[in-house]
Amino acid sequence: MSDITFHVKRFDPAVDKAPYYQDFVVPVEGSMTVLEALFDIQEKQDGSLAFRYCCRSSICGSCAMYINGRYRLACQTNVAHMGVPRVTVEPLPHVPLVRDLVWDMEDFFVKYEAIKPWLIRNSALPDTEITQSPAERLKLNMPIDCILCAACYSSCPSVWTEENYLGPAALLKAYRFEVDSRDEAGRERMPSWDNERGVYRCHTIANCSEACPKELNPTEGIQWLKGSAVRRRLLGRKK
Amino acid sequence: MISHQLIVVGGGLAGLRAAIEAKDAGVDVAIISQVHPGRSHSGAAQGGVNAALANHPDASDDSPQKHAFDTVKGSDYLADQPHALQMTTDAVPAIYELEHMGCPFSRFDDGRIAQRPFGGAGYPRTCYGADKTGHYMLHVLVEQAYKRAIAMYVEWFVCRLIVEDGACRGVVAYNMTKGGFEEFRGEAVIMATGGAGRTYSNTSNAVISTGGGAAMAYHAGVPLKDMEFVQFHPTTLFTTHILMTEGCRGEGGYLLNKDGERFMAKYAPKAMELAPRDITSRSIQTEINEGRGIDGKSYVYLDLRHLGAEKLAERLPGTRDLAIHFEGVDPVYEPIPIQPGQHYSMGGIDTDVDGRTVMPGLLAAGECACVSVHGANRLGGNSLLETVVFGRRAGAAAARDILGRERGAAAPQGDGAAAAAVEAQVAELAGREGSEDAYAVRQEMTEVMRIHFGIYRDEAAMKTGVDALLALKTRLKKAKLRHTGRVWNIDMIRTMELEGMLDVALATASGALVRTESRGSHARTDYETRDDERWLKHTLAFYQGDDPPRLDYKAVTMGLFEPQERKY
Ligand SMILES: Cc1cc2nc3c(=O)[nH]c(=O)nc-3n(C[C@H](O)[C@H](O)[C@H](O)COP(=O)(O)OP(=O)(O)OC[C@H]3O[C@@H](n4cnc5c(N)ncnc54)[C@H](O)[C@@H]3O)c2cc1C
Ligand code: SF4
Ligand code: FES
Repeated sequence: MSDITFHVKRFDPAVDKAPYYQDFVVPVEGSMTVLEALFDIQEKQDGSLAFRYCCRSSICGSCAMYINGRYRLACQTNVAHMGVPRVTVEPLPHVPLVRDLVWDMEDFFVKYEAIKPWLIRNSALPDTEITQSPAERLKLNMPIDCILCAACYSSCPSVWTEENYLGPAALLKAYRFEVDSRDEAGRERMPSWDNERGVYRCHTIANCSEACPKELNPTEGIQWLKGSAVRRRLLGRKK
Repeated sequence: MISHQLIVVGGGLAGLRAAIEAKDAGVDVAIISQVHPGRSHSGAAQGGVNAALANHPDASDDSPQKHAFDTVKGSDYLADQPHALQMTTDAVPAIYELEHMGCPFSRFDDGRIAQRPFGGAGYPRTCYGADKTGHYMLHVLVEQAYKRAIAMYVEWFVCRLIVEDGACRGVVAYNMTKGGFEEFRGEAVIMATGGAGRTYSNTSNAVISTGGGAAMAYHAGVPLKDMEFVQFHPTTLFTTHILMTEGCRGEGGYLLNKDGERFMAKYAPKAMELAPRDITSRSIQTEINEGRGIDGKSYVYLDLRHLGAEKLAERLPGTRDLAIHFEGVDPVYEPIPIQPGQHYSMGGIDTDVDGRTVMPGLLAAGECACVSVHGANRLGGNSLLETVVFGRRAGAAAARDILGRERGAAAPQGDGAAAAAVEAQVAELAGREGSEDAYAVRQEMTEVMRIHFGIYRDEAAMKTGVDALLALKTRLKKAKLRHTGRVWNIDMIRTMELEGMLDVALATASGALVRTESRGSHARTDYETRDDERWLKHTLAFYQGDDPPRLDYKAVTMGLFEPQERKY
């Protein structure tokens, strides 16, 4: 067991003029994660600390934060493994704050909704499953693992500078459907991403792929969409 | 006041499926959820969802009837048999529907949905998407909710039901991001709030699986059914109780004791590692109790090494990540230290096969409900199934009730009294005298449940446990809020939910103490056998304030299969 100092960014827009940092010392044992340390602080030292939580097993996407200068899931970050006596915990940067480590995700989900994130079918449905070969299914493997944690969104300079930009997570979702062999959107979904608000705002800086705690690659999806737009418009292809 | 015809509390699989059904029927429906629906605990489900699609070469003669038999036998004959058959029959169209909505199930070479073997099942009938089935299903239903523009109140915490003239008329909820309490009024409410795993310290469940919906219904006078039946999953990580899916054993994983022995051969010679969960968990616990845990500690090994890196990457990639991140063990090279952990609440709000409760206007579906299809022990893969099957049925029933009325119900009217009552409750919490610490009470409750109402139970331990819970209830009354801020007040949420957790825990404890038999997950060392003559019946627990619940009983609906001894 060793004492670790958590240097936590605090901010209550109703009271504070500006964010400030507060230190909490937590005795860290065994496999304690940053999320568990935040609970320890909230339970034993400061009941007012605000943060998002749910699954504590890196699948719900609630707890993306900026921890010692890196985008991480608090619940997936083992404190001892970081090997440092002092851990700085900040909310995702470049996004509007609700309080402390909680930020306002409304815009993020508005943009998600904007790309029509659902399978579009026009032909009649079979009585059983729509068949899909393992090879076709394999194409979905990367984008379907997105947990909508928004680390990528917060890390993207194009998001910082252009508030209308859909951002990497929404575009990755568009890719997830466009690349699905079962999707029959044709050009129905395309206007939502094939524009200046969409894929052309991505300058392949690839911060998103660097930030993603699930090791996904939104840039790859966005590049595919750009290529697909060309294939459809110039070559008359379906995808 | 906010009003919608139908209010669904919970945005997990059950709540989403209910809302989609009602919306498609033409009802104005809203989902209220403490977390964004896509973050609900359903997303943590890994291994798969059962349906007799008969896609597997070894399962060409599988059928809903056989699936129902496995479910009923797995339940140790406590499931209501027609309900189990209803679920297994609805299963097949439910899975095709999910697939049509875009659910990325894994595939066989012929392009059909892949199916894997699971515990207690006679055929490989568990459909899966690698080992992230819940995540994929949940995101598909979230997408469908957006497609339908279903109203969603995200990050609103529901605190209580509004009951007038004996009927449920809505809920009061806390607006987490903006602060303040609001009344939501409707013609019906569907509870879909998930399980109560967090009443135990050793749970695989999310931090928000606190049994809140069950507690709200219970406090309002609706009975909780079969709460003593708590599932312990055989394989949770030793240090964190994060789940290692049953799919690990479905794909051929071994359980090994300190001598490297596949000990399941002693307990379930035919099914081996794929015995049902109650039996497998008891076997592991017996190995540990008798000193055959690894290094004399309280864990055994789940060994996946022989499956090879390629198969793990294809079928169990999430499991590998979890073991590496949370236990520091790479299953490709090392066996995984595991022990059984609390996993699922078989009991819940007493409902019929359409989700209706005894209270007009109140329905329930998913893990917070008890239909009952799982009886005394749920089969792996049947819970994801339950959420979509009974979520749909509850949504349809609520829609029929709402649309079937002669004329529309009078516009709901709120005088603000219900919201004011919650505000008064919070003021009382904030103004309390006393030095008790709610978090210490919570911590002790979870340990009482783990130790006294765990895998093996007996009279003396359970009596002490009930007394301990009653004492904790008294102590909680002296615990004061630490933080009174309006916005994102976790302290308030966690203190408010604790009262309900203690009551749900007490319902489990009281039912368990009285049931003098062993059935499914309820295993007593002082009454080791099943006693159909006296105990082939459902427990109903009625809330009694400071006292333990009043218990009543109700017959199990049989009709399809005669009870037999369970051998695997
Ligand atoms: C780790 C794990 C793996 C599993 N794997 C499988 C599997 O492979 N196969 C299988 O069949 N089953 C599995 N299960 C079980 C299954 O996942 C759950 O039983 C099921 O998903 C529960 O769904 P639900 O919709 O009832 O509840 P949940 O998904 O838990 O949703 C509850 C919802 O209610 C909301 N809520 C709760 N309380 C409140 C409140 N007071 N106010 C507002 N909103 C509230 C939450 O925000 C959430 O949206 C697994 C369970 C776990 C823990
Ligand atoms: S792509 Fe990665 S970083 Fe972005 S939202 Fe999805 S999981 Fe999070
Ligand atoms: S709490 Fe769910 S991802 Fe961290």
